[in-house]
Amino acid sequence: MLLFVLDFLPFVLLGAVLGLDVVSFPQAMISRPIVAATLAGAFAGAPAAGLVVGVALECVALETLPFGASRYPEWGSASVVGGVIGTRGAADALLPDPGAWVIGVMAAIATAWLGGWTMVQHRRLIAYWARPRLNSLASGSMRTVVALQVFGMTSDLVRGGVLTLVALLVSWPITTWAIDAWRLGAVETRGALIIGAAAVGASAVWKVFHGFSVTRRLFVVGLAVGTMLVTFRG
Amino acid sequence: MLLRCLAIQGSWNYEILGGNGIGFCVEPALRALPGGPGGEAYRKALARQCVYFNAHPYLASLAVGALARAELDQNPPERIVRFRTALCGPLGSLGDRLVWAAWLPACSLVALLLFGMGWSALGVAGAFLVLYNTGHLALRAWGLAAGWLHGMRLASALSARWLQQGPQYIGRGAALVAGIALPFASHRAIGGGPILDPVPLAVAALTPCLAMLLVRLHGKVEGWQLLFGLLALLVLYSTVLH
Repeated sequence: MLLFVLDFLPFVLLGAVLGLDVVSFPQAMISRPIVAATLAGAFAGAPAAGLVVGVALECVALETLPFGASRYPEWGSASVVGGVIGTRGAADALLPDPGAWVIGVMAAIATAWLGGWTMVQHRRLIAYWARPRLNSLASGSMRTVVALQVFGMTSDLVRGGVLTLVALLVSWPITTWAIDAWRLGAVETRGALIIGAAAVGASAVWKVFHGFSVTRRLFVVGLAVGTMLVTFRG
Repeated sequence: MLLRCLAIQGSWNYEILGGNGIGFCVEPALRALPGGPGGEAYRKALARQCVYFNAHPYLASLAVGALARAELDQNPPERIVRFRTALCGPLGSLGDRLVWAAWLPACSLVALLLFGMGWSALGVAGAFLVLYNTGHLALRAWGLAAGWLHGMRLASALSARWLQQGPQYIGRGAALVAGIALPFASHRAIGGGPILDPVPLAVAALTPCLAMLLVRLHGKVEGWQLLFGLLALLVLYSTVLH
């Protein structure tokens, strides 16, 4: 069991760092699925398949942008889980194994939802830790300011790491079973998954840009041009 | 201070929100106050900067620059507190519109287009990071500099045309890119192949239908929830029923 957990260590560290990037530091969007799942895939030896997993997740993540102080899914650690699980059995392949890809996307969605909940708990934890130190803050103590900042970032790093480890431990055996038991053809599976992911992405674009004039018309024009270009290219 | 701004949300919590982060970022400037670090002016200013504050994390650098300037100019404390409170709303809504609703999705969609055009894993991820962070870091650096330059007369910086009109132009460009990117990315993700094969045709026909359904269900069902349910059915079909 310990060796099993140690095998996950690079992914856990990656999940911790990318979980930190979501809010605490440095918000450079290394945590976006298209980067995070690709990195996880590269760690697992399948960067190209990791990118494909990341593309599906990126379409889904477009729907859940981090507005204000609302609760939103945490895609950093989740995309690492999706990238690792989704690229199982795809070493050097350009596309993921169909069963692993489906379970990887599901694992990432579930982890992102759970990650959103852990972020809320993390914020409560910092508030709990800060409450007895508010008098010290009110007296202008630089040490307290820095301590609060360091505590927040360190605990967020730990949060991301633990979340990644738990999600990998749960989803790993499910993927092993799914890869063996998968009967649907690879092309059909990919098609079904992409219909869902692209539809979520398209509806997200429709909703996100609705506030800007003529954007919906431009989107439809773009779709027509894109479909034509793909048809001629194919 | 710019480096510290990258960690401005490091201690974000439900007690004082991002207040401590503002204090953390402004602190180096406060060392220049009379009495130096630890002096009375320093401690009072730091205490003022650590109370409740919330704004968009990137545009908060405008507040950091302006508040540092206001403190070093030794403006009356009550004026600084009022100014600080008044900044929260505009910096939050402007940042959300510019970054979360325009720049971030625009960069994601460009990355999806590059993927669809056949770029490598390193190329797509690298291009996304370079493109996004060019805007991200430029915005933070501009905010800090503009805040410092204008101090408490920040309204002129906030009314800059590119800041007010930028989201609209980025949104329009991103919508067009999205339309082109989705067919390209979908085609590559299913493995390419002739467009008139049954699976690519099914993707082209069913994706818009499902997308329209999701738009109709807006507010009732989230897309990721629906996708999770559909994938669960797919797993059931492919492993147990097939």
